[in-house]
Amino acid sequence: MADLNSLLASETATKDGTLPPEALPEPRSQGKLVLRKFLHHKLAMASTAVLVLIILLSILLPLFWKHSYEDSSFASFAKPSGEFPLGTTQVGKDMVSQILRGTQFSLLIALTVSILSTVVGVVLGALAGYLRRFTDSAVSRVTDLFLIIPQIAAAAILAKVFGSGSWYIVALVLASFGWMQIARITRAEAMSLSQREFVDAARASGAGTFRIIFKHLVPNMVGSITVNATLAVAQAVLAEAALSFIGLGVQLPDTSLGRVILENYAQLQTRPALFFGPFIVLVLISLTINFIGDGLRDAFDPRQRRMKA
Amino acid sequence: MNLVLYVLRRLAISVPVLLIGTFLCFVMVANTGDPLGEIRSKPGTNLQAIADLEHKLGLDQSVFARYFTWLGHFLSGDWGISIAQGNALQPVAPKVMAAFKVTLELVLAASVLALFFGVLVGVLAAVKQYSLWDYLATTLAFLMFSMPIFCIAIVLKGYAIRLNGWVRQLGLADVLGDPWLRTTSPESLSATGVGDALAKYVGAFLLPTLSIMAITFAAYSRFQRASMLEVLSADYVRTARAKGVSNSRVIWRHAFRNALIPVMTLFSVNFGATVTGAIITETVFNWHGMGTLLVEAVNKNDPQVLMGWLVLIAVSVVVANLVADLLYGILDPRIRVG
Repeated sequence: MADLNSLLASETATKDGTLPPEALPEPRSQGKLVLRKFLHHKLAMASTAVLVLIILLSILLPLFWKHSYEDSSFASFAKPSGEFPLGTTQVGKDMVSQILRGTQFSLLIALTVSILSTVVGVVLGALAGYLRRFTDSAVSRVTDLFLIIPQIAAAAILAKVFGSGSWYIVALVLASFGWMQIARITRAEAMSLSQREFVDAARASGAGTFRIIFKHLVPNMVGSITVNATLAVAQAVLAEAALSFIGLGVQLPDTSLGRVILENYAQLQTRPALFFGPFIVLVLISLTINFIGDGLRDAFDPRQRRMKA
Repeated sequence: MNLVLYVLRRLAISVPVLLIGTFLCFVMVANTGDPLGEIRSKPGTNLQAIADLEHKLGLDQSVFARYFTWLGHFLSGDWGISIAQGNALQPVAPKVMAAFKVTLELVLAASVLALFFGVLVGVLAAVKQYSLWDYLATTLAFLMFSMPIFCIAIVLKGYAIRLNGWVRQLGLADVLGDPWLRTTSPESLSATGVGDALAKYVGAFLLPTLSIMAITFAAYSRFQRASMLEVLSADYVRTARAKGVSNSRVIWRHAFRNALIPVMTLFSVNFGATVTGAIITETVFNWHGMGTLLVEAVNKNDPQVLMGWLVLIAVSVVVANLVADLLYGILDPRIRVG
């Protein structure tokens, strides 16, 4: 710990030019710097631990859990007990297994949405910001077009078009109306980066558009892309839950936390565990992802030196 | 005059976006399934009647032809007919408009309140940076931000009975009405006198508005805090303090007004989130607004209601963006609109 802190201090001092050159620490890559700052971010690290725990539990626990999610042979609305820690649902299914399976699907959908919308958003935004002119106005108009309809309404209608509520359909429709924010951010950043000398230099040395965008621009935007992709996961978890809650998202046999809540929220007064179980898992997932995103933002921000939990 | 021209130009720019948008929506809606499926599947329905209805709805034409027919009718005020109630056909326009009015009230109330409280909490958190208050506000904002709206709505609705019990115990039931907090649609608000009307209005709107406010409130408070912190460290604020300007005057007169400018950009972004919040909240509280209308129209394959719904929402998003830009121009004299 101590030597890390002293290294950090000496590095700051070097930037100020107060240390002799022989005291220069070994040069570090941006990745290492970011990683170290992130590892020192207490809240973000705690959130990562909780999130990893949730992910591991949702994947591994079902293998050992005593009840299958399909088994509906139990008593309806059994009280929470050693056998059923959170009780059973109306149709006599074990609540814990329902939550585990819902968590799997919610995370799967959210990750897919985040990856798809980040790829689409970054490619479109970088093209628009670098090429300008016609490409820029075309991409900007398309972005405007997708922004005039709320994501949830568009996703509800599109899910109906595809006719099934499979998890990947829900992920696809959420992603197709979820890339606009990342595209806008990437576009703005690509625009300012493409004014810099290193881009001119790359162009002068004969690099093509594709190479400039993906070898020079995108690596320089990796901070904001990572942060926004992380936050997009949290948004997608909530969007999917909302869509499934109004009954237009994931359909059986697939499920999700939103669907589990929809099936059980009427029991809030009489059997609170049935509502608060999935609810707390859902909030924990999106809260920890938001904290991780916040920690990443601080870690990538070169202006921020002070570490704060 | 400049302003009028600017508004007209902005609206003119959004016309092609709206036209293409409505066409894409139309194609999307046309593929949601057979709107007459339910009627068709009923035994003993007259085949000729179905064919007539098909013709009346234009379902026997191509998508392009149908779109232009629909557009022509729509622009002349005929929004088509709803088939949600089976054979009982209803005109779309009054149906969608009634729902829109309900949702608009909710959205406006929630937007204004969220902006007000978000900005207030953000300013106080920035002024007292790293205080207990700041940490509380930050925690609250993160919690709200990570909470699904419908869960807030469910919890508020679930505990409304208890809240109403407290109102009764405090002896306020006579003044505020019993039960005061409504958890269902307030369609039958009959009041005697202004005070009673206010109490009933607040009782009906409080819980749904709180649910919708939660998320945008969090965004506003975080953004306002960041922007206020930036302004408070600016040179002109130090100058003002050095001149001996009182603390509250520095904060509210010098810093606050400039810190408010970037927050206004959030307003248009948040509008979509607020509409989404309203859609979900209405489902929980059984309000007959745009949310319940959307769910019904999607479930029943009611294409012309869906189109009316989408156009109305799209136009309001365009208008909300315009209003945000105009406010931006008013708040920041460096940006001259026009």
